[in-house]
Amino acid sequence: MMKKILTGVAAFIFLGVAVTAFGLSDVYEKNVYDAGSLKPVDSVLKVRVGDKAPDFSLPSIDGKTVTLSDFRGKKNVVLSFVPAAWTPVCSDQWPGYNFARKIFESRDAVLLGISVDNVPTLFAWTNQMGDLWFPVLSDFWPHGAVADRYGVLRSSGVAERAIFIIDKKGVIRYIDVHDINVRPPLESIVKALDGLQ
Amino acid sequence: MKPLPWIVVFVVLFALVPAGGVWGAGISYEKGEPLPGLSLPVPQDPGAKKYLGLSGAGHFTPADVTAPVLLVQIFSMYCPHCQRDAGNVNAFYRLMEEDPGVRGKIRVIGIGAGNSPYEVQVFRETYGVPFPLFSDGNYEMHKKFGEVRTPFYIGLRKDDQGVPRIFFTRVGGIENPREFLDFLIIESGLEVKKP
Repeated sequence: MMKKILTGVAAFIFLGVAVTAFGLSDVYEKNVYDAGSLKPVDSVLKVRVGDKAPDFSLPSIDGKTVTLSDFRGKKNVVLSFVPAAWTPVCSDQWPGYNFARKIFESRDAVLLGISVDNVPTLFAWTNQMGDLWFPVLSDFWPHGAVADRYGVLRSSGVAERAIFIIDKKGVIRYIDVHDINVRPPLESIVKALDGLQ
Repeated sequence: MKPLPWIVVFVVLFALVPAGGVWGAGISYEKGEPLPGLSLPVPQDPGAKKYLGLSGAGHFTPADVTAPVLLVQIFSMYCPHCQRDAGNVNAFYRLMEEDPGVRGKIRVIGIGAGNSPYEVQVFRETYGVPFPLFSDGNYEMHKKFGEVRTPFYIGLRKDDQGVPRIFFTRVGGIENPREFLDFLIIESGLEVKKP
């Protein structure tokens, strides 16, 4: 009898926990790894405003390769480096940019999202965000090479949370290596893009 | 005495799960409790001010809102679920405004967790949100609510002394605006005259 009661109590506790956890569900429920508070910036920039932006070609999650210089003379480019997939701040940042598509397009700008994660990881992660209108690029191999050329590769091997805005001439016009723990406000990007007009 | 079957023990234990409480990331909201700490700037937009029944400047609390029921939505411009939820929230709002029995009895506000005033404005304009939205750029309100996931809803009903008390909380979006409104009316105990 006691065994049956204990079994019932165990089942109760299990279901109770399960019900509670389900109640907290949102799009990233249980899928985000919280690395805690990190050193705000852990790298040294290798480019400055006014420099020609180092060119690169990176694989996109749609199977294509995206080359920065292909946008020269056509579009302003916003590079959004984020540290890692499946982490709290990063998981919010790109959905916001996805939502703000008109803001970018009305300023004749494209957005390139870059992380050092590999393509399959980025594919699975960004699928949680809905249909992203901008390319998501993998700087996985050689590991973090593009982030390193811009000077935003941290000692842990992930990128900074950084924004670079490059004009149609291929010149860097804005740099924000943001506190990795905090999402950059959208208006700072908008203000910088407005400054290009 | 005949021993109780284990399934009876299980059912009794399960029935003891608190029905009114919903857990955020560290706070348990209990039905009937007041909501501490909610204080927001009086909106400067005359329409929003009138909608909430406020006057002057400074800050207001739920007790200052003239309607008997206040629905507080915690959202974020950056939250995909909140983006998907926006259409249904607007539909829910329209249902209330089009129902003469409900109009004026339920007010809705949204608080943008971690969203700057600019980001809140972008969200408002993109989705044509008809009710007042507030910026909580430094997560001050969000922390007071236990850093809940978004979207999160808190329903407050004024008691006989005019103290707003929690009558429901919910994590996740509004899937059916009609059912959600009916649920709010029943749970809050609002008396609604049928046309």
